[in-house]
This record gives sequence, C-alpha cells and structure tokens, in this order.
Amino acid sequence: MLEKSFTKEEWTEALKELQSAYKVFVPVKEGDFHNFRPLKNGAKPSFDFQNTRLSAKSIIFPQSERMFEYSLDDSKEDAHIIKETPKDFSTQAIVGIRPCDALAFQLVRINFDNPQYRDPWWIQRMNATTIVGFGCNEPCASCFCTSVGSGPFCEKGLDALMVDLGDRFLVKSLTTKGEALLGALKSGKKADGTVLKQAQELAKGSEKKISSTVPTDRLKDKVVNELFSAHFWERISFACINCGTCTYLCPTCWCFDIQDETCGKEGDRIRNWDACMFPIFTLHGSGHNPRDKKLQRVRQRFMHKLKYYVDKYENGVACVGCGRCVQFCPVNIDIREVFGLMNGY
Amino acid sequence: MFEYTRKIREIARKLLEKGTVDVFIGYRKGTVAMMNEPVLIKDPAEVDFLHWDSHCGLNLCNYLTGRTDRIGLVANGCNSRNIVTHIIENQIKREQLYIVGIPCRGIIDHRAVKRAVGNREILEVGEEGESFTVSGKGFQEVFQKKDFLRTNCAVCVHRNPVEYDEMVADPVPELEGVNPFKDVEGIEKKSADEKRQFFTQLIASCIRCYACRNACPLCYCPTCFVDESRPQWVGKSIDPVDTMTFHFLRAYHCAGRCTDCGACERVCPVGIPMRQFTKKLNKDVFEYFGWEAGVRADQRPPLDVYRVDDYNEFVK
Repeated sequence: MLEKSFTKEEWTEALKELQSAYKVFVPVKEGDFHNFRPLKNGAKPSFDFQNTRLSAKSIIFPQSERMFEYSLDDSKEDAHIIKETPKDFSTQAIVGIRPCDALAFQLVRINFDNPQYRDPWWIQRMNATTIVGFGCNEPCASCFCTSVGSGPFCEKGLDALMVDLGDRFLVKSLTTKGEALLGALKSGKKADGTVLKQAQELAKGSEKKISSTVPTDRLKDKVVNELFSAHFWERISFACINCGTCTYLCPTCWCFDIQDETCGKEGDRIRNWDACMFPIFTLHGSGHNPRDKKLQRVRQRFMHKLKYYVDKYENGVACVGCGRCVQFCPVNIDIREVFGLMNGY
Repeated sequence: MFEYTRKIREIARKLLEKGTVDVFIGYRKGTVAMMNEPVLIKDPAEVDFLHWDSHCGLNLCNYLTGRTDRIGLVANGCNSRNIVTHIIENQIKREQLYIVGIPCRGIIDHRAVKRAVGNREILEVGEEGESFTVSGKGFQEVFQKKDFLRTNCAVCVHRNPVEYDEMVADPVPELEGVNPFKDVEGIEKKSADEKRQFFTQLIASCIRCYACRNACPLCYCPTCFVDESRPQWVGKSIDPVDTMTFHFLRAYHCAGRCTDCGACERVCPVGIPMRQFTKKLNKDVFEYFGWEAGVRADQRPPLDVYRVDDYNEFVK
C-alpha cells in the first residue's frame, strides 16, 4: 500500500501528469456547483465542495450513449444491418469522488454485471476505471451515509482515498489499481506518522458530524403487500411533480430507455437515462399503463430502493445516503421520512 | 409571516369543518432550509401542518388539474393568475374553488441566498418582518428581503391575488414604475448569432429532467410533445439541438399564458434561469395585445381567439 502526501499545488500538477496514462475526471466548479468533467481544455480541478451536484454515475453509465448504428440506404452493402458503435474504453480515473457515490457503483453492479445479464459497456468502462475517493470532512446535514452501509471515509469500492488535510492531501492506495495510479506519480512524498494520524482523527471526527440517520433494520421483515398498500403513499406522493430530478441526481438509479434516432437514411440506437417518475416510463405498446398514477410511481421508486432491492439481492438498501434527492427535490419529498415510514409500518 | 400562517390555518379549519371544501391545499414547512412541501389536508385536525413564509415558490395551481372535488387553496398574486388561466382553459371550475388570498411580499431567491454565504450549507432561515436570518455551521447573517427577492418577484406588479374568496390580510401596495422586461431588452439587442450563443450557454447544464415543465401549471397536456414517440417530435438524448428544441417549444406553448410565477426557475436542479425563455413572449403579448395572463377572467386570451373583424387578412 502506498501512502503519499502532496501539497495542493503538487496534487494539481500530479493530476496533469496523470493524463499521459489516464483520462482523468475531476470535480470542476461550474457556476454555483461542482460536477465531474474530463481534465482537459483547461478545466480546473476544484476540491472545495461538499458534493458534486450530479453524481459520477454518468462517467460509467452515460446519460445518453450511442449503442448501435445502422443505415437504411439500400445502395450500401450493410444496409439494415445494425452494428455496434465504436466506444472509448481507455484507462480512466475518477479523482475526488465521495465515498457514498463510489459505493453506489458497487450497488448497481448487481444490475449491470450478474450471471444472467452482463452489460458489456458498463463492465468494460468500470474495469478501465480507477476510483480515487475523497474523504468527507464536512458532511451535509442531509447526508445519512452511516445509516446505509457507507460513511464519510468509507473505503468500499475505492482504489485509493484522498484526505484533505488543509494545506495538503494525503492519498493512499487501497487496491492494485490505486497503487498503480499513485506509483505512476513522481511528486508527493511518503506520508509520515503525523499525517496519517491527522487523517485518522479527521475520519473519526467526521463520522460524528453526520446528523441525519435513517432506520433500516425492519425493512427486510416487512411484508411486501402490506407496505405496498400502506396508507402513507397518498400523503408522500401528493406533492410530486413527476420530474426526473431525484432519479437523475441519484447515484444508484440505473434505469434506461432505448430509442432509435434516424436522420435521413442513417440512424443510431441510443440508450438514455430514464426515470420511473415519468408517466411514460411504464407505458405499454398496447396503450395500457400499469403505473399511470403518481402514487404508483412514487411508491415504486421507494419500494424499489428500500424493499425490492433489499429482498432480491440481500445487499442492503439501494441508497447510499448522499442526500441529493433530499436537497434538490423541487417539492421537498424527503427519503429520510420515507425510510422511517416504511421501516416503522 | 407567522400571522399569515395562523390565519391560513384558521380559515382552512373553518372550511373543512363546515364542509365548504373537501380538501385544502397549502404548504407544509420543509425539512430542508428554504424548501416547503405542497400538502393536501382533508382532516381539520391536520391544519396545523399548514405554513406560509417567503419560500413558498412553487405554484399550487399545478395540483388543481383534473380534480373534481371542492378545493380550498392558498394563492398569492401569480398563483391566482394561474388559477384564472386554469379556469379560462377549462381545467377547473371556479365554483369548485375557495381561494384564500395571500397579499404577497415576494419570494426569496434561495440560490442568491446560498451565493451570498459563499455556498456554505444553510441549516436554518428565520424571518423577521422585512429581514431574514440565515445560519449554518459557524456563521449567521442577517439579510434584507428586498435584496434577495426572486427576479420575477422584484418586478411583479400583481402581488395581490386577482381572484379570491377571502384574504388572509389587507392588500399590500403594488410596485410602481418597474420595468419587468429590462433583461429581455438586453437580449433583443443581440444579433442572431449572439442570441443563439446566449441560449446555448444558458442550457448547457440541462439534464432533461423536466422539472421546469412539470412545475408549470400551464403544462397539463396528457402527453407532452417531448414524450410522444409516434411521431417523435424531438430526440430524447441530451444532444444540444434536442435540448434546445425542448426548451423553445416549451416556452412557445406558454405564450400569452405565462404569469411569470417563476416556478420553472425555482425547481431547476442545475439552476438554469428558465424565465429567459418565456419573458420575451410575455413582453410581445403585452406589447401587441395589451395582455397579461390570468388578470382577466372575462376575456379569451389573444392567442386562442378568432374575430371576424381581425385586421389581419390571413385569418379571414
């Protein structure tokens, strides 16, 4: 395991250096908030944030992705034959991802990489990615990671972990991938005992700063049909406006839609993020819609995360407690309250 | 503001107890600073959930569409104008409604407040008359409301409800001498290329979540054009051309109907100043037809009316 300490300037330079071997994604400040962007074209990494507005999920699972392409031009030999669109699976690194968002990749792996179904693009991108986490010194008031199997310095799913020590970053490798990344950097010096101790104390202190907790202990024992018919869904769902904010900001929402887009005689088959809050999400070809009511859709989102996932995979809840949906739901539907209602029903 | 809350609860209790309405729609104090949750109350015992403060920036008219029961609801100036628009467009009947009028002193721009404290996390906001106190870990600041009003509220000339059954307080003075279209004039002066660039930049961070569309009470089509797949009017990916098409078409559908309530802008998770799309249309409708949406219930909106004596040849 490598443990190196970098001054903040050294780290910024080191990330530039990393570009010779990796496509590097870093948090970049855009207006009022941060998002992950490729470190190129002068994008300036900024590690002064609580969390990025969008999670890093689009780096592995793009919001829109060309899967296949086809031609309807009969004069071409391969007309009407659908072919895979070439994709970029080059070595990449996500640097500065919060532990909650990194854990999300592990939770969604069950969907994209299982014995029954293997999503070749998600898997190849994930395999090509080194994940450098960033310990949370100042968790948000809406964060509840410690209740759902993560924590502000949780190392699950990370290849390396960065810790902000004020004037410098401690970066330690946790896997061979992380070691390779850190080993490739010329700068930084071996972290000494004082630095390591400082990081440990930060981690301990930070965990105590988590002010939101949610109960999950009884979710597994609940009867699905009873939760499904619970009276509280009517109240919880009333305010919902059926937008995609919660699902698109959520690091564990994985649903997608596939669309063919044809321009002239050339076309693409595109995979786009989809959201179970949209009424057409479940619209059948027949015209029937099994979830044509708001209550059914809101219930589905919470039941999926906090009950169906729990029962099906025995891997805890499909939520990492990042608090984005709590903060940015336009109508203030608060998943922390739903945890309480479902667990206590 | 507490006085408004007390009065809203009192009226709601009376209406529900007497059976004047079946349900009452208002706001409940949110779990996050500067956020409130629209709430539907059926039981008079639950009216104490109702709340009013300067963060009630959603438009409750949204929740009226398609309801068949008798509804009490709170409405400030812009919300009441949307109710009128809903009535004109046959989305709800006036006799179904009991409108509790809110003389509005403007809604606070939560993003501006966050910016003013350096985007540090705000844990609590308290209101005292014309000022409000913002606090978080290790900081507390007092701001004047007038400096932090949403941009639409700062130029609003219909703070008092245009339609109501009962007011929670005396009307507030309306703003005078404001030019609501100053920003539009700036955009009008741009060349076509500059305009394209301006709007392209404006929506660069759009994630097509449709919060803007869905927060808008004008958007009640059973199937929105962006959701149609046969025919498919617009692509569903985040291709910039498709995203732009969505934003412009959405805005055009609001022509002559938008009350500039600002809900679209408030709900955007990536902070796009959505009103820049609708304001030019509001300005044109005002200048060409002298029309402000939702102010009059006794006239058809200019864009859905046919007149034999229309001066335009092409309509004859």
